[in-house]
Amino acid sequence: MPDFKTLRPLLWLALAGLLAMVVSVSLGSGPVNPADTVAVLTGAGTPLQQTLILELRLPRTLSAFATGGLLAVAGALMQVLLRNPLADPYVLGLSGGAAVGALLAMLAGVAGVLVSGSAFAGAMLATVLVFGLARGQGSWTPSRLLLTGVVIASGWGALITLILAMAPASRLPGMLYWLMGDLSHAGSPWPALLVLVLVCLVLFPLGRTLNVLARGPMQAAALGVDVRPLEWLIYLLASVLTATAVTLAGSVGFVGLVVPHMLRLVLGNDQRLILPACALAGGALLVLADALARVMIAPEQLPVGVITALLGVPTFLYLLYRSGR
Amino acid sequence: MTVLAADQLVIDIPGRNSGVPLNLAAQPGQVWAVLGPNGTGKTTLLHTLAGLHPARSGRVLLDGQSVSAMTRKAVSRKLGLVFQDRQDGFPATVLETVLIGRHPWLASWKMEGAEDLAAAEQALEALDVAHLRDRLVNTLSGGERQRVAIATLLTQNPDIWLLDEPGNHLDLHHQVAVMGLLNAQAKSGKTVFLCLHDLNLAARWCSHVLLLYPGGDACWGPARNMLVPAALERLYSQKLITVEADGAPVFVPVR
Repeated sequence: MPDFKTLRPLLWLALAGLLAMVVSVSLGSGPVNPADTVAVLTGAGTPLQQTLILELRLPRTLSAFATGGLLAVAGALMQVLLRNPLADPYVLGLSGGAAVGALLAMLAGVAGVLVSGSAFAGAMLATVLVFGLARGQGSWTPSRLLLTGVVIASGWGALITLILAMAPASRLPGMLYWLMGDLSHAGSPWPALLVLVLVCLVLFPLGRTLNVLARGPMQAAALGVDVRPLEWLIYLLASVLTATAVTLAGSVGFVGLVVPHMLRLVLGNDQRLILPACALAGGALLVLADALARVMIAPEQLPVGVITALLGVPTFLYLLYRSGR
Repeated sequence: MTVLAADQLVIDIPGRNSGVPLNLAAQPGQVWAVLGPNGTGKTTLLHTLAGLHPARSGRVLLDGQSVSAMTRKAVSRKLGLVFQDRQDGFPATVLETVLIGRHPWLASWKMEGAEDLAAAEQALEALDVAHLRDRLVNTLSGGERQRVAIATLLTQNPDIWLLDEPGNHLDLHHQVAVMGLLNAQAKSGKTVFLCLHDLNLAARWCSHVLLLYPGGDACWGPARNMLVPAALERLYSQKLITVEADGAPVFVPVR
């Protein structure tokens, strides 16, 4: 039923995302009023405004949008895969692996692309570890996968602490910012946005199949779903999404857990609606969080992960309390 | 119309050495009851027949084609299953749950259309859960959930219906209504295959019976040949009193 009524929430979320971006590029040292912002985005405006917005703030805003969207979709996928609303790429240790990869690169004294590449490799290594070990001798249940992920995540946690303890003091601030999630060193947003769009396109025809999978693997198999290949595909997609996000922005927690859950409370659990809604709402949330991170104690900047947690925790608790489910 | 057949089928029960191979064919119009004490493999048998559990040996055939060689999608268009226990990990409404039954019939990118919705609403009416249409499944009682699960199978509308203890949690009236519905489905050309614990439901509503004994023994045939006190007493290790009511035997356990 792809009628207007089902699509309306997506239109609203897209609008919210656009508004958040306009607000985000308008804010900062040397604020630009929103009308001028729109003018710059359509090709007009003064050269100073153009540099400020198009070269500095817009890439960062797009990075924030991509990171939020990637993490929220990854979280939603993990939750369907494990049929557990607490599942999240962070709980499963994917971001822990990425963090260890990134910190090791920083410890070795490299910067930029090498840190990102190392983070990506760490996330994929964590994926292989969790899935390989959870499978063990055949049985491959959600609770086993979740437990394996949690244990491996705490292993990564210990390694992170070890690296921080060994690191020279001069490198610590950069490491801490990376661990808390930080967009100020984000590279080009386009690869991440491309990954987000591609994964959403791959997922679109799978929406109803994912709804069936959410009823449990046996029920799904009885309704004609090839469960095992589908589960591998979801896990792989969620891993790529997470790895892309942490590569761009470090570990921003909380988005993958909270955004899908909040949307489910409001929109129900049809994956055809929830997955694109997660991409839009996660993106909008992180754009706003990053704007706040830039202006709250300006000219200093906060790590965006702090803001997502400070905003997300009360909103989440309020929705949970009010819904009474 | 589809024939479900077991060919030299031995189900895989952990720790059991062997069993009598099952060689039976359930024809359209027949209602089969699987009877046996706890742990004899009634559920495993249903899952094996649905191709969800590998057999130790032998084959399950749908119209002569081995289930294990068919795609899940092809199986799910011919055969459906109501499970004994269900997962409600995420909240979903009754209507959404029942609509899931249309999944085997829709191409993956297609949305459910008006026909699918009509089929789901008819199924809700048939199982007397239409008034619960917009309720969340996890807020329903056990019996209501059971009826929603059967409505999902009715929406799926396969030729072969497998049901694992469909009478569970149902009150007397709805038990009779569900058994009546299953008989009506069989009359219209479906094959129905149920696990039951209630001998009297089997005696009143089923045309054929398969008895599964704890050691792996099994025997099967028309209900009136199988539902004899001696066989049932051996099956359950329980003395029975048999009386006749309304044209069917009624079995009462001896205190």
